[in-house]
Amino acid sequence: MTARERIAGNVAGYVDDRTGAAKWMKKNLTKVFPDHWSFLLGEICLYSFVILLLSGTFLTFWFDPSMREVVYEGSYEPLKGLEMSAAYASTLDISFEVRGGLLMRQIHHWAALIFMVGIVVHLMRVYFTGAFRKPREFNWIIGVGLLTLGIVEGFLGYSLPDDLLSGTGIRIAEAIIQALPLVGSYLAFFAFDGAFPGTAFIPRIYTVHVLLLPGIFLALITVHLMLVWYQKHTQFPGPGRTEKNVVGYPLMPVYMAKAGGFFFIVFGVTAFLGAVASINPIWLYGPYTPGQVSAGSQPDWYMGWLDGLVRMAPPIETHALGHTISWNILIPGLILPGIMFTGLALYPFIESWATGDKREHHLLDRPRNTPNRTAIGVMALTFTLVSLINGGNDIIATTFHLTINQMMWFSRIAIIVLPPIAFIITKRLCLSLQRADRDLVLHGRETGRLVRMPSGEFVEVHEPISAEKAWLLTSHEQLAPLELPEHDASGVRRAGLIKNKIRNRVSRAAAVAVPKATETERRELEGHH
Amino acid sequence: MKRLSRLRRHRAAGPILLIFALFTIGTTFQVASAVNNESTSIADRAVTIEEGKQIFLKGCSSCHGLNAEGGQIAPSLIGVGAASVDFQVATGRMPMADMSVQAMRKDPVYNAEQVHALATYVASLAPGPQVPGEELLNYERDGSVAEGGELFRTNCAMCHNFAAQGGALTQGKYAPTLMGVEPRHIYEAMVTGPQSMPVFSDKTITPEEKLSIIKWIKSAEAEPQLGGAALGRVGPVTEGLLVWTLGIGLLIGVAVWLAMKAR
Repeated sequence: MTARERIAGNVAGYVDDRTGAAKWMKKNLTKVFPDHWSFLLGEICLYSFVILLLSGTFLTFWFDPSMREVVYEGSYEPLKGLEMSAAYASTLDISFEVRGGLLMRQIHHWAALIFMVGIVVHLMRVYFTGAFRKPREFNWIIGVGLLTLGIVEGFLGYSLPDDLLSGTGIRIAEAIIQALPLVGSYLAFFAFDGAFPGTAFIPRIYTVHVLLLPGIFLALITVHLMLVWYQKHTQFPGPGRTEKNVVGYPLMPVYMAKAGGFFFIVFGVTAFLGAVASINPIWLYGPYTPGQVSAGSQPDWYMGWLDGLVRMAPPIETHALGHTISWNILIPGLILPGIMFTGLALYPFIESWATGDKREHHLLDRPRNTPNRTAIGVMALTFTLVSLINGGNDIIATTFHLTINQMMWFSRIAIIVLPPIAFIITKRLCLSLQRADRDLVLHGRETGRLVRMPSGEFVEVHEPISAEKAWLLTSHEQLAPLELPEHDASGVRRAGLIKNKIRNRVSRAAAVAVPKATETERRELEGHH
Repeated sequence: MKRLSRLRRHRAAGPILLIFALFTIGTTFQVASAVNNESTSIADRAVTIEEGKQIFLKGCSSCHGLNAEGGQIAPSLIGVGAASVDFQVATGRMPMADMSVQAMRKDPVYNAEQVHALATYVASLAPGPQVPGEELLNYERDGSVAEGGELFRTNCAMCHNFAAQGGALTQGKYAPTLMGVEPRHIYEAMVTGPQSMPVFSDKTITPEEKLSIIKWIKSAEAEPQLGGAALGRVGPVTEGLLVWTLGIGLLIGVAVWLAMKAR
């Protein structure tokens, strides 16, 4: 035993005597994680959250969340001598007087955008591979919660500097609150402590932005990761991988190195963006005054689809009993997002209801093998993308010499027409890919080698695929549709007839598949080749 | 009398008298020649108007009418003033390239002299806003950037965007970017309200305030790219585009690299 080993042993022994950590550490440091690039997408969110905490803490040292009127005397000439809120003035000071302040502000904002992008791509991975199935439904719901809170947290951060753009955003948020029937006006008065903009809102959202929501984030992220730890990570199907094992590398040292390194890369990419690309240049927007607004006022991208929905809504209002109900804000601003997020959160339960599959799943699906789920996902993405595009309709109109009216009518029609078309196309594509898989298993790979037979016939030589690949293409299971009978064994009509009919119909749609190649088919064909 | 004769013989009497005489002659000449100048400028002006009329008949009258009275597709130009003509023609908007919703900025068809002649001709039809003189445009000396910014954000940013980069209006019309626009043309646009733009008369925005706005626009034009690439100064749309392409692209690339099996 060298001296160094002896010292390390002594330290470890000292800690273990007092905490009993050795047993726990031994078990968990050797925990195995499967290897796939898409399993690192969630880590992008985790690391950008850490960056957000660090850079955000730096910003709080100088940011003054107050609506106190001050006269700007800083070094940015075009605003010198103007009256503005202390919140805006202190953000200008962070940008121009504090050493490294502008870089930190830009890192904070880019990290926020990357955080939200990370959540969305991670969500897409989990959805399209079916990782949300039993036993991971709770973690899916926590994930949807993180996405929702992320949108709110991002919006509050965007609102804090009290510049012209963020003030416009708050004005729209106020309008959406006011659109709530009956209670809207009172809620708005409550949130703003009186009429818009008032002096209460910025200090209030500051507390929520730096204390309440980060606290909830920390708690939810911890539970999210603990559940991954406890339930173990899902894996893609492959030789030797079953529902009962996890094939991969141990946490220590492989994943410690990979994940630790990835943190620095995420930090590096964020810092790179913060250093080379300007984001939220609040000094150009000017201080917020309710009487001013700029062309091209947009929210950050994760709110852009909401803005797009509001922008395409036709002007419909109802006046009744002295109340106005603004459907043009209520539907796109509250009802549609409500339906979307509820549907998203409940999706695991809806799917298991439709397929009748209540078993545990630890092996992931290839998206083509679940055409219905994949098609629903692409449909939802199409809907969101059309609204996101309409959120930037004025910028797109001026850039591509279109008219804003064309953009609006395109969106109004496309938001209804394109999602179903996307569903149908995706489903057909999935089935075609299944057919291609089947051909590959049965007939092998096309080599491109043409051979002329003695009879004069030309044939292309096919090469059988490897056993591994053949297994990969045939290992998935194809569930039969539920066939809930209308009558029970005694010939009595079962209760819930309509519900069962719907369930049968949905289940049949979910079970549509090209039958995968079976072993017998394969053997039969072998005689021909 | 004694006093007068003593002054007459004073040593300085000669030079003072000389200066006085020169001053008188000079002033007289000045007045006389000015009168003369005015009469020639009236004659010149008639020539310029005639020149302008000829250009107008060739290039403009097919739409605006032979006497600038307007027609089915073009407005009357009687009373629009020299400022309007100078803005529309010197920025290349008129003659229009096509009959689309809005005349766009392009290389001017007429040179400065021809534009001046056209403007003088149209101004001769009825009084209207004049082309602003140098004194109204000396933004480098006069005006306040901060005040100009406030005025710009209150009156202009809703169409031209917070950084004067331009923006979309309804039915394909648009507020153009103000980057690289001559101060004279900015001033004329405010006074005459071309296309969809409202008129900002001297009562709404005084000439000094107009100068401040020009000063702010010029400062926005010269503003360095603080904090890195400006991404077009159009707000969060380009930021979102960058994060969804370069940002997540880099990160996914690294993730793929990290998950590759060691060879």
